[in-house]
Amino acid sequence: MQQAILRCSALTKAYGRTLALDHIDLEVFSGRIVGLLGPNGSGKTTLIKLANGLLSPTAGEILIDGRRPGVETKRLVSYLPDKEYLNNWMRVGDLVDFFADFYIDFDRERAVEMLAHLNISTADRLKDLSKGNREKVQLILVMSRRARLYLLDEPIGGVDPAARDYILRTIITNYSPDSAILLSTHLIADVEKVLDDVVFIDRGRVALTASVDYIREEKGKSVDELFREVFRC
Amino acid sequence: MSHSFTNDRPIYIQLMEMIERDIASGVLPPGSRMPSVRDLASQIGISPNTVQRAMYEMERSGLLVSRGTEGKTITEDAGRIAQMRIDLAGQTIERYFSAMRQLGFEDGESARLAGSFASGSEQKEG
Repeated sequence: MQQAILRCSALTKAYGRTLALDHIDLEVFSGRIVGLLGPNGSGKTTLIKLANGLLSPTAGEILIDGRRPGVETKRLVSYLPDKEYLNNWMRVGDLVDFFADFYIDFDRERAVEMLAHLNISTADRLKDLSKGNREKVQLILVMSRRARLYLLDEPIGGVDPAARDYILRTIITNYSPDSAILLSTHLIADVEKVLDDVVFIDRGRVALTASVDYIREEKGKSVDELFREVFRC
Repeated sequence: MSHSFTNDRPIYIQLMEMIERDIASGVLPPGSRMPSVRDLASQIGISPNTVQRAMYEMERSGLLVSRGTEGKTITEDAGRIAQMRIDLAGQTIERYFSAMRQLGFEDGESARLAGSFASGSEQKEG
């Protein structure tokens, strides 16, 4: 059987006495676009940070292609944080160089082509771009890597619906069957169409894992509707 | 191609229906080439796996023909397309009867009404 690109076994993360993740079991396989869905504070960002080695588990295990997060796995993982993290004073062209230097799997041509398509000049400084365009630049850089696993934390968080469409299309266009995408969001209605599978996460526990087709076929409702039922306040 | 999907059914099934409607109406003529999975997915904004599944099902049912590296084309089998149109007509009629039942009409009455409505509009045209 195919090995999961991301595997969590009884993964637990505590901050003091608060359990952010409580015995998470999860497998993500190549060729799938997986939505990590949950309300604010449910543990989505913690899980993604653990996969990147930015946090260490309190208990349990998280493996990327069979290995603990570290230098080796960072070559396989392309990560979009939920905050703007690039230096604002840098020019877009500098950022492209930066990524090309850092990541052997970075496809410079593809990045430059996507930027040109948006009429973003490589001479532009990041801080002079609109918020929507800054988010697009970050996403373009992250999706221009030929990674095995893309971890996208709230990729459509703070942008308008047109920018959302662009971002989702960029994710689809750059997706390859050899890679997996795990993307977290609470804007389910917008993202549902691009997802193959969903993981509902609630107060640090996995509440449901299912394919989108299964939910629609068996429950006769959209993932968004099911989510609203499961997480009704 | 219209891009709105309803919530109650899998998207790959709705995509198959969209393509079938386009075949029925002639937007996609027999023998014409389908876009690639990636292009169609990015054009409609859905997962490539969903597009793949819809195309696979349509190939199995004989509406699409695989041309290897050339991609897929709409079948040139006129009989198969005629059968698909009958199937679509059946589904449309079933929806009509079901909507009429909600309005309190029995099926026989609905059929008579549809018949007289059709002959009425023919007379106006003639």
